[in-house]
Amino acid sequence: MSWKAWIATTGVLMASLPVMAEKPVSKGELLANSCFSCHGYDGKTVEGATIPPLADYPASMIVSQMKAYRDGERDGTVMPRHARGYTDEEIELLAQYIGKQGQ
Amino acid sequence: MNVLNSGLKRRELLKLIAAGAAVPSAMLASGCSDSGSKKAGHIVVIGGGFGGSSAAKYLKRYNPDLAVTLIEPKKSYITCPGSNWVIGGEAEMTTITHSYDAARKNGVDVVHDLVQSVDTTGKTIKLAGGEVLGYDKVVVSPGIDFKWNEIEGADPGIATKTPHAWKAGEQTLLLRDQLQAMPEDGTFIMVAPPNPFRCPPGPYERASMVAHYMSKHKPNAELIILDQKNKFSKQALFMQGWEENYGARIQWIAKMDGGEAVGIDADRKVVETTFGNFEGDVINYIPPQKAGQLAHDMGLTDDSGFCPVDQKTFASTQVADVYVIGDAAIASPMPKSGHSAASHGKIVAANIVLTMAGEETIAAKNVNTCYSLIAPDYGISVAAVYNTVNGSIEEVDAAGGVSKMDATRRERELEANYTRGWYRSITDEVWG
Repeated sequence: MSWKAWIATTGVLMASLPVMAEKPVSKGELLANSCFSCHGYDGKTVEGATIPPLADYPASMIVSQMKAYRDGERDGTVMPRHARGYTDEEIELLAQYIGKQGQ
Repeated sequence: MNVLNSGLKRRELLKLIAAGAAVPSAMLASGCSDSGSKKAGHIVVIGGGFGGSSAAKYLKRYNPDLAVTLIEPKKSYITCPGSNWVIGGEAEMTTITHSYDAARKNGVDVVHDLVQSVDTTGKTIKLAGGEVLGYDKVVVSPGIDFKWNEIEGADPGIATKTPHAWKAGEQTLLLRDQLQAMPEDGTFIMVAPPNPFRCPPGPYERASMVAHYMSKHKPNAELIILDQKNKFSKQALFMQGWEENYGARIQWIAKMDGGEAVGIDADRKVVETTFGNFEGDVINYIPPQKAGQLAHDMGLTDDSGFCPVDQKTFASTQVADVYVIGDAAIASPMPKSGHSAASHGKIVAANIVLTMAGEETIAAKNVNTCYSLIAPDYGISVAAVYNTVNGSIEEVDAAGGVSKMDATRRERELEANYTRGWYRSITDEVWG
């Protein structure tokens, strides 16, 4: 369905109006954008990529794996070194942005 | 799928609202109905490398209504990351060359011209072609330039004889060809630059790639690094990797051990040091560095030769409405790397968009990962996460660091694989 048709049929605009007061860039988006350099723009794969894309992982799995890397429960080459730089809140925010929604 | 949770989708929706698509006019919030691109503002980005291209792309991502112009003289960009692999015969130039087609598709107005001058009071930019552009904010990402005349006999003219290959392109090919043409028992001399410089592990990855090439094609050749420092990035890992892969082929001479270069004779291919003269078949003289010339011309640099910036927003502390990112900016402890520059690009884009919207700026996290190939199947890395605390960029102590010493071959192979994957992903992020 096209966006215009979707808007027209679902009446989502009413629901969307309050978000206009939100900041144009959220903390979660900015945190997640850091992941893109290695894990693909928008977390999506590109030809020749060797680092796993993240967009298809549920947010809950990104949270659990980041914490496992950070807390020494999962080994890795570079990820433990990155994960130790993030608080619980930051991990939740970036995972919600980059991961599959609602899971 | 919950569309409203996604920032990108929400912005697409807002664009539709702004365009008046299927929306009764009474529902439009004020300011949205007539927000053409001119009203949202015009941001000019100067320099289309990792920093500038990232900034331009993320400016459009964070606010599609902004008019974004990217000024870059080159029609396509050849990256320094990956250029050592070309020198070592492990990659082709096409692999490290990127066009600006995607930037145009992303809504960025790409202008291939040289900036002649910037009037930071009148907020206009004059291009060599004669065009004059106005701006609301300008992001300057000019990379580095060289400090010639620091040692006897060095000037810009010697680069054709003793290539630096520290800006990728013709210089990369020149150095590669000189390496290929040297005698089988020849000597390759690298003069590694003093701090601060672009890509701290770069000279040592290059030494690795040269040694790799020699081990295949010049079995009796040797490589001498005359260093203008006493230590270097990932030193223990490089030393271990060199020994494991190349035995004693690479000789590293620290500044304090006589590596300090005091003169160069490009015609005779001799480097004069405090220790004596070194004669080579190929000399890779990598000069000391400073911010790109434009930054100096615009009054953005301090005595260090680089540009002081607000560490949270990358706004110049010297000139209003000018932001400096990438190698030219002072963002210590972040290294001058492509990854750092791409990180700066996102943060400057976000903070410009927030500022233009009258919102508070964000103290965001910066991230850096520098991979190096010691051999095609042997990679190492250094990583760091940075917070901006009380106006300064600080490394998160618990995070970051280098690959493990004494790792298995399998781990080194994995990191080599990730090195190439990192390159593919970040160049797609920035130029895709």
